[in-house]
Amino acid sequence: MKIVKEALAGTLESSDLLVKVAPVTEERLEIVIESEVMRQFGAQIRKVVEETLAKLGVSAGQIVVEDKGALDCAIRARIQAAVLRGADQQQIEWSKLS
Amino acid sequence: MKLRRSMLFLPGANAAMLSTAFVYKADSIMFDLEDAVSLREKDAARLLVYHALQNPAYADIETVVRINPLNTPFGLLDLEAAVRAGVDIVRLPKTDTPDDVRELETQVERIERECGREVGSTKLMAAIESASGVINALAIATASKRMVGIALAGFDYVMDMQTERGDGTELFYARCAVLHAARMAGIDAFDVVYSDVNNEEGFLKEVDLIRRLGFNGKSLINPRQIELLHNAYAPTEEDVDYAQRVIAAAEKAEREGLGVIALNGKMIDAPIVNHARRVLQKAEASGVRQ
Amino acid sequence: MNAILNQTLLAEPALKGLEVFQNFAQHTPYLKDAQQKLTRKIVPSLEEAVRRAGLKDGMTISFHHAFREGDKTINNVVQLLADMGFRNLTLASSSLLSCNAPLIEHIRNGVVTRIYTSGMRGKLAEAISNGLMENPVHIHSHGGRVHLIQSGELKIDVAFLGVSACDEFGNANGVSGKSRCGSLGYAKVDAQFADKVILLTEEFVSFPNTPASISQDQVDYIVKVEQVGDPSKISVGAARVTSNPRELMIARYAADVIEHSGYFKNGFSLQTGSGASSTAATRFLEHRMRKADIKAAFALGGITGGIVDLHRKGLIEKLIDTQSFDADAADSLRESPNHIEVSTNEYANPSSKGTYCDRVDVVILSALEIDLDFNVNVITGSDGVMRGASGGHSDVAAAANLSIVVAPLIRSRIPTVVKHVTTVVTPGECVGVLVTDHGIAVNPNRPDVAERLKAAGLPVMTIQELYARSVSISGEPAPIEFLDRIVGVIRYRDGSVIDVVRQVKP
Repeated sequence: MKIVKEALAGTLESSDLLVKVAPVTEERLEIVIESEVMRQFGAQIRKVVEETLAKLGVSAGQIVVEDKGALDCAIRARIQAAVLRGADQQQIEWSKLS
Repeated sequence: MKLRRSMLFLPGANAAMLSTAFVYKADSIMFDLEDAVSLREKDAARLLVYHALQNPAYADIETVVRINPLNTPFGLLDLEAAVRAGVDIVRLPKTDTPDDVRELETQVERIERECGREVGSTKLMAAIESASGVINALAIATASKRMVGIALAGFDYVMDMQTERGDGTELFYARCAVLHAARMAGIDAFDVVYSDVNNEEGFLKEVDLIRRLGFNGKSLINPRQIELLHNAYAPTEEDVDYAQRVIAAAEKAEREGLGVIALNGKMIDAPIVNHARRVLQKAEASGVRQ
Repeated sequence: MNAILNQTLLAEPALKGLEVFQNFAQHTPYLKDAQQKLTRKIVPSLEEAVRRAGLKDGMTISFHHAFREGDKTINNVVQLLADMGFRNLTLASSSLLSCNAPLIEHIRNGVVTRIYTSGMRGKLAEAISNGLMENPVHIHSHGGRVHLIQSGELKIDVAFLGVSACDEFGNANGVSGKSRCGSLGYAKVDAQFADKVILLTEEFVSFPNTPASISQDQVDYIVKVEQVGDPSKISVGAARVTSNPRELMIARYAADVIEHSGYFKNGFSLQTGSGASSTAATRFLEHRMRKADIKAAFALGGITGGIVDLHRKGLIEKLIDTQSFDADAADSLRESPNHIEVSTNEYANPSSKGTYCDRVDVVILSALEIDLDFNVNVITGSDGVMRGASGGHSDVAAAANLSIVVAPLIRSRIPTVVKHVTTVVTPGECVGVLVTDHGIAVNPNRPDVAERLKAAGLPVMTIQELYARSVSISGEPAPIEFLDRIVGVIRYRDGSVIDVVRQVKP
């Protein structure tokens, strides 16, 4: 899936996260993660973000995550929502989301 | 016999509530993708609910998703997400005719086949929100074998009736009609939400009314209402005593192979035994009324 | 006559060294001056009072924190001492809160170099956790503070005690005047033990100001100031009333646990802490007490409006108050003859001759973390930074018949039940029951309580099960990384060291 425009998903409320995606000129993935629970869960959050992007087939773009202590299920949902918005996708391939 | 007194509404776009609501002891939890979600957040809320449903913390709780009507651009996508994520019950809003239910059933069955879910495992509920829905209540309630309940939704209904929410007079006919349809169909009936969450007294008054009418329960918008509702639905100690004696008499009759059950010289028939079972089930769930 | 008597005193070996009488005012010259006699302790400025008190570099100054986040005394006094050029002071406040962030500057500049406190919050706590101070902060309990003072480790040279009102002689309490904080339980200790006591008062009231929490015979100097504290901010922070359904749910479980603990009998005694759920638990107790026709003999501790309500309804006979957590509590202390103010020495000092906490049946306490051995951390947050207070936690947990810790199992993603707490404040052997929104765990050392709670149908599970549930929801937290440097020492109530806090890795 290709990110063709800037898009946002989520909020900065507690237990949520805000995800910003943007296209980049080079063919590479740039992931920035900030989190309130970085010390305890930083590695786990990065793992979930990377897995979710890989399943969606996102290989290029800037992904900025501001996490407020969200559970993994919310992280997956927000990443997917932002990517689908940024890729201008109306059709959903459910197998890539689970 | 699944107990459904409390159906807690959760706004589908609210990550914090979706991440904690599993602690509340509601009989069912309903993720709302319809009225509680703004048009521009429909896509994101659908994904949140899709993933929340798969969180193991919800495994032991009956889950419901209120989808958008199928004639909107969102309805079918909501349904895909809910059925694929393993929801127990799909709640259809604004149900006016039995055809609405049949259309929903067709789509559910298709999705079940596509995602490999057991066909028939997704149950259905319909919310009745119009004069047409109330008049068609029985046909709606019996439109599918998957139906487990019908719910009255007051807000749209009173507008359709050209009146407004008040002391309950405005809902009198609709409540009775929905309830009778549910009982004839053998499914559950749910009353409207009570939106003034800080008014405990008003809430309990309404609960008392709908309990005496015969509703199984009520849709709730704040977790604080769960305990109040469960307590109001809990049997009294005398109810429990009597129910225990009824069941004991029924078991005795069964053991002794008697066709007739008697308690204190009076004959007891099947509806009384069934009622006694429901009383004990509620007592088991939340004790006796405080 | 005196000359002859003087001869006698010198001649008689048994009377050698005694002073001969001169006149009635030889040692009380102010008695000769009608004005002086009444106002001799009143000093026109704080600066002057500090000078007269003889404060020197390296000495120990003390404060009370009854105004909590509304305190206007600590920062102002330390600022003045900095302006006067003092250095190397030991700051012994009964506790410190977010409002004390201005102290960072004075620590950096060497005005304050040592701290004894019950806790810390906000920017100050963050700076200290990140290595602001050369000497580690000593974190003590409320009772433990008095023990450290009595044992001589903590010798207070000058106490600066803010009060809403006092009379010209220094009789002061927290229930007269404008900015009423209620109980002066912390300040009473400083007034008793400090070398010099300077009262900062907002106003003078007519003599005698009774009841005198701080008595005239303990006060050296009195200075009138604009404001000592804002009582409306006492209930900000730790002590708050909740409408959060999850906190209410925990509170209801806590009330259930009390009801079925085995201690819920006529004449029982209780303490509820200042956390949201423990405060809310009182509102669920009323119905249970009425139903069983049970009245409590007393409630101890930080007193909240909820406890006062039960007192006014006749369900709790006496309130024993060391800190009034809101205006209701302060008003009740003034109005009710059965609402009694006590010092932290009477409250919880383990080396005191008698403490109220030894008579408590059940106490509800909060926790930032609790581990599989029931050890409790109320100091360091999940990022390793100090953000809480020891308070009366370890005191009452040790003394009460049953300690109930209440906390949500997970805060956003942060787990409360952990394998090992970051910092031990209260040892697990003193904790009886953990109440969370996911269920209740009973310490294996209390099988009697576990039995009763199970019989009552409460959701009792093992703490290992709660931990597993937490991990299944939020994942397994990675251990926090610290540097070697020690930034805090956790003193148990008896003065021993129960743990240390290290600097967080940047």
